[in-house]
Amino acid sequence: MNNLQRNKIRDKAFKYFGVTCTFFGIFILGVFLFGIINDGVSRINWDFLTNLPSYRPKRAGILTAWTGTLWIFGLTAIIAIPLGIAAAIYLEEYGKKSWFANLLEINITNLAGVPSIIYGILGLEIFVRLAGLGGSLLAGSFTLSLLILPVIIVATREALKAVPLTTRTASYALGATKWQTIWNLILPASLSSIITGIILALARAVGETAPLIVIGALAYVPFVAKTPMDEFTVMPIQIFNWISRPQHGFTINAAAAIIILLAFVFVMNGIAVYIRIKAKKKSH
Amino acid sequence: MLTTLGIIWVLLSQSYSFFSEVSISEFLTDKEWTPLFSQKHFGIMPLVTGTLLTTFIAICVALPMGLTIAVYLNEYAPKGIRKTVKPILEILAAVPTVVYGFFALVVVTPFLQSIIPGLSGFNALSPGIVMGIMIIPFISSLSEDALAAVPKTLREASYGMGATKLQTSFKVLIPAASSGIIASVILALARAIGETMIVAIAAGQQPRLTFDPTVPVETITTYIVQVSMGDVPHGSLEYKTIFAAGITLFALTFLLNNISFWINKRYQQKYE
Repeated sequence: MNNLQRNKIRDKAFKYFGVTCTFFGIFILGVFLFGIINDGVSRINWDFLTNLPSYRPKRAGILTAWTGTLWIFGLTAIIAIPLGIAAAIYLEEYGKKSWFANLLEINITNLAGVPSIIYGILGLEIFVRLAGLGGSLLAGSFTLSLLILPVIIVATREALKAVPLTTRTASYALGATKWQTIWNLILPASLSSIITGIILALARAVGETAPLIVIGALAYVPFVAKTPMDEFTVMPIQIFNWISRPQHGFTINAAAAIIILLAFVFVMNGIAVYIRIKAKKKSH
Repeated sequence: MLTTLGIIWVLLSQSYSFFSEVSISEFLTDKEWTPLFSQKHFGIMPLVTGTLLTTFIAICVALPMGLTIAVYLNEYAPKGIRKTVKPILEILAAVPTVVYGFFALVVVTPFLQSIIPGLSGFNALSPGIVMGIMIIPFISSLSEDALAAVPKTLREASYGMGATKLQTSFKVLIPAASSGIIASVILALARAIGETMIVAIAAGQQPRLTFDPTVPVETITTYIVQVSMGDVPHGSLEYKTIFAAGITLFALTFLLNNISFWINKRYQQKYE
């Protein structure tokens, strides 16, 4: 066997190795989803969705958890979306190139890499203690907003950057002001990318556990939250709590709750991908 | 910007009062971390080694897998496969971490126990592996972008010399894209160090100074969760320990993120 043949065999071997590795990840994901659905799907019924938590696994439900998650989702969206878009517009359209802008940019990139639990510590000190919000829904939403703001800002800036220069110059030539140009042309043109970024960021917020544990969200809340000042729990914390218990019944409960949480996260990701694909088609 | 200042201010002010009670040298050199017991020791080392151990295992899984996937998708795979596989792999990064924790504890640990006898129910190995799977898309996605950015001429020159795709990939493309790949690995490292829920669920919560992956360990993040779940009075020394742990964690990831950012900046200049 000469060198050439050996090299060709190595090349082939690596190709199959690559296929294996690539599909290994997908395979693991599949096995895992199948296992969880197998464990948990029989547990999902109307009672599971409408029961309060209980120390008996068969009677425990996720009513407080999913309502808490919806609250957090809504409040975080209300806080983070306007702030994120405004900051991005300012940085991209109004901000001048200076050392300060440069610093700000490095900073925001950096913030996106800070571990989520650090945001929990920040929220604990600022929102829970200093602002006196306690372990409330509002404190949780503010904390998660800080967490996803960098993501929204970066996504929105990328979207704004992608609008062609000709759109801007055409608008200015017609005598439009900067704000008119942004509001009437640039935002509508970049809207689908912005929405995609926001949905992905919110999907991340919904799955976050650690920062909410740190600010003091409880595992056991015997009532449904009615105002933003109420104490709360969310789906991931409920799951964490159930996993930590030794009884097998709670493991099944955790699997069932995971199915619902994953369904929610995947649907959001799906919507984001759908919008992205649709926008791509339109622009071609 | 305010957020960073806020983080730094909160961490500094609280850990300052911690370090006024516990000396920095004790914090860095004591080999035990038992702030919640009556025999108090404040040595961060066990938490740091726990963190490094799980992170190291994760990278051992993610780096070869991620890089192979990146090379395969970029050089070998037909376009159709690349287009469908990439978003599917990115789902791996979108799954909430608490779900991975469940996976590590309920599926991976029993499986590993059947291979490695004497593996404790909580250990560093299982969450490390699962964390590795979680960060594969970070490495594969970013590395693939870096590989794709290598000028076509380099690739064609290599083929022109009669090199196979494999030789081209490992001797030409990967060295040329190395800064982008390194940046992606560092980003994945930072992510693994800051990962909380997987280790909180599956690694056990026992700080110990060891590099043995079969026994329970505790990471910095897990410790913060552990304290937050208990009834530690506000303002006490135990309460302040989470800020000291937090600042250690923040310093580690901040450093890594900046290195990655810096490498990426240099790399961009090279090809533009």
